[in-house]
Amino acid sequence: MAGESWLTEFPKMSREGLLAIRKSLDATYRDFSREYGESIETIFDPLLTFLIWFEKLLLNTPWPLIIIAITALAYFASRSWKLSLGVIVSFLLIGYFGMWEDTMRTLSIITVCTMLSIALGIPVGIMMARSDRVQSTVTPMLDIMQTMPAFVYLIPVVMLLGIGRIPGVIAVVIYAIPPVIRLTNLGIRLVDREVLEAATSYGASPTQRLMGVQLPLAMPTIMAGINQTIMMSLAMVVIASMIGVKGLGQPVLKSITNQYFTLGLFNGLAIVALAIIFDRVSQAYAKRTQKHMEGTDHG
Amino acid sequence: MAEPLVRIKNLFKVFGDNPESVIPMVEAGQSKDEILAATGHTLGLQNINLDINKGEIFVIMGLSGSGKSTLIRHFNRLIDPTQGHIFVDGVDVMKFSARELQDFRRHKMSMVFQRFGLLPHHSVLENVGYGLSIQGLSKDKVKEKAMHWLDAVGLGGYEDQYPSQLSGGQQQRVGLARALCTDAEILLMDEAFSALDPLIRREMQDQLISLQHKLHKTIIFITHDLDEALRLGDKIAILRDGKLIQVGNPEDILLHPADDYVEAFVHDVNRTKVLTAAHVVNKTLLTLTGRTSPQQALEKIRERHADYACVLDGKSLKGIITLGEAERALSEGAGYIADYVSNVNCVPDSAELEALLPRLLVGKDDQPIGVTNEEGEFTGMVSRRRMAEFVS
Ligand SMILES: Nc1ncnc2c1ncn2[C@@H]1O[C@H](COP(=O)(O)OP(=O)(O)OP(=O)(O)O)[C@@H](O)[C@H]1O
Ligand SMILES: [Mg+2]
Repeated sequence: MAGESWLTEFPKMSREGLLAIRKSLDATYRDFSREYGESIETIFDPLLTFLIWFEKLLLNTPWPLIIIAITALAYFASRSWKLSLGVIVSFLLIGYFGMWEDTMRTLSIITVCTMLSIALGIPVGIMMARSDRVQSTVTPMLDIMQTMPAFVYLIPVVMLLGIGRIPGVIAVVIYAIPPVIRLTNLGIRLVDREVLEAATSYGASPTQRLMGVQLPLAMPTIMAGINQTIMMSLAMVVIASMIGVKGLGQPVLKSITNQYFTLGLFNGLAIVALAIIFDRVSQAYAKRTQKHMEGTDHG
Repeated sequence: MAEPLVRIKNLFKVFGDNPESVIPMVEAGQSKDEILAATGHTLGLQNINLDINKGEIFVIMGLSGSGKSTLIRHFNRLIDPTQGHIFVDGVDVMKFSARELQDFRRHKMSMVFQRFGLLPHHSVLENVGYGLSIQGLSKDKVKEKAMHWLDAVGLGGYEDQYPSQLSGGQQQRVGLARALCTDAEILLMDEAFSALDPLIRREMQDQLISLQHKLHKTIIFITHDLDEALRLGDKIAILRDGKLIQVGNPEDILLHPADDYVEAFVHDVNRTKVLTAAHVVNKTLLTLTGRTSPQQALEKIRERHADYACVLDGKSLKGIITLGEAERALSEGAGYIADYVSNVNCVPDSAELEALLPRLLVGKDDQPIGVTNEEGEFTGMVSRRRMAEFVS
């Protein structure tokens, strides 16, 4: 070791030590997943059943019906003919370029992921808004979830549950849930103190305050969070395809490994089209339902 | 005297991480600024004692930051005191369970907020009916009552609008209607009219006064405006740096300010606009009847070194008899003074001095004005000299 100073070379742990840590951690986790993997899988069985049912529903319904249904949804949410027309055109193009089935698969997984994120994220956000202690423990966890490269947490999920839809859904939800949680918390905390005081002063119970005042008034912010969550889960679909999530992500993955630029581009564009539709429709919906709340911040 | 409706006893409020630890410093008499510098705690209220009687408009006044909002939020426990007691109807509000507190807020008190505090996602009608709808009343019933109160504040026809579509004055009317709709006995109003422009403000004050004549609520009203306080208040409490400086009726405050702070407050007030005939009336007066003999009348007037005596007919004023006239009656040998009585002007005791002043000044010689109460009964006289004492 002569000539090497601890200043130029970081005094690091010995190779053997590091290896031992890795080995023991990996072994422990592997044992854990062998032991409990199956029982954990059964917990997710209902979700898997629903996921498969929904995917089949989308795949087996005749395409014109699907387009009509989605267009109708878009119209009722946004009340905009232009947007509805855009939806029809996008889906016709997607089908024409042979991406219909993959798009339906992606649509089903995105829908399920979004619903799951909302169902988990809003209650967590509410708890954060109620207690500073919860907020200060959850916030760093959200930071980790958002900055940790997705590939890293794919590994334990795959080790535990193998490859397939459920680990895909879990990975997508972990990646996409932080915005709903953060913005639910923020939205509730930003509710005008005097409005909440007014509700309290007329004897509203905690539930009446939450359901009647805090959530409705936080809704524009929560909707922004949901919107971001949808966008992020669409982005995650490509990465999730690495662990066996079928859909638009798989052709993209294939075209990276085989250098099929056009295939990648088409599927990428289909994802973009879905993203734009989701974004515009949900925003238009939020805007429409919150219209009367504009301009209430004065005096 | 009957038990007060609301009683506050030895109330302290300190804002900060460890409020109790600061109480000894407060009791030792350290000032708000000293405490803030030494401990980082804000002294909100110190040793407040208040009695508020049923049916009165009780005004709490003070400059910005003096603790008015903090105090009024204690009545319905939007803020909990650091120390002290709040009694309503003789019951200690601090001992309520969460459930009892909720019921208390639903039925006993309602509040009007400075920045209205309306629910922006509910229509005007739903806002007015809010208090009743969270009590679980049926939709029809709520709607019926809400419509009634919306009409009462002059906003019939606006029921389907949203608060953001109304002007500030209209929004505050909605706030008032919402407060009245639960039919609570006590009305808390935190600078309810401060956000309004002077004209609408005056209008709202008038509306509040006329509503009060009909409903006889107990109103606790916060303002930083003395004119408003004097106009509305049966009693006024003055708050400074969280301490009560003076509690009294409007003329007490105006005519006998407790210290320089109150003095500065009342300095610029136009008293002729605030005081009414009832304030300046001279009640300890000599009264005679038309059947009094000139001899007797003369004796009584001389006895008091007065210039005149009032002559009553039952409970109403017939006129006055001056010293000169009484002498003339005696020399002419009249049996009664009735024929020597001269008429005087009369005003109701609610008349503002502003209106009284010109009448006094243009009246012939030094003739006083009679004052009558609501029933038209004579209560006393106002003379030029008496007036001068108050206005100067
Ligand atoms: N939540 C709080 N935390 C810390 N300090 C507070 C809090 N609420 C009020 N205070 C302090 O208490 C004091 C009184 O405030 P308060 O709002 O009662 O004043 P106010 O008389 O209503 O004034 P304004 O006329 O401006 O409304 C102020 O010094 C304020 O800084
Ligand atoms: Mg205030």
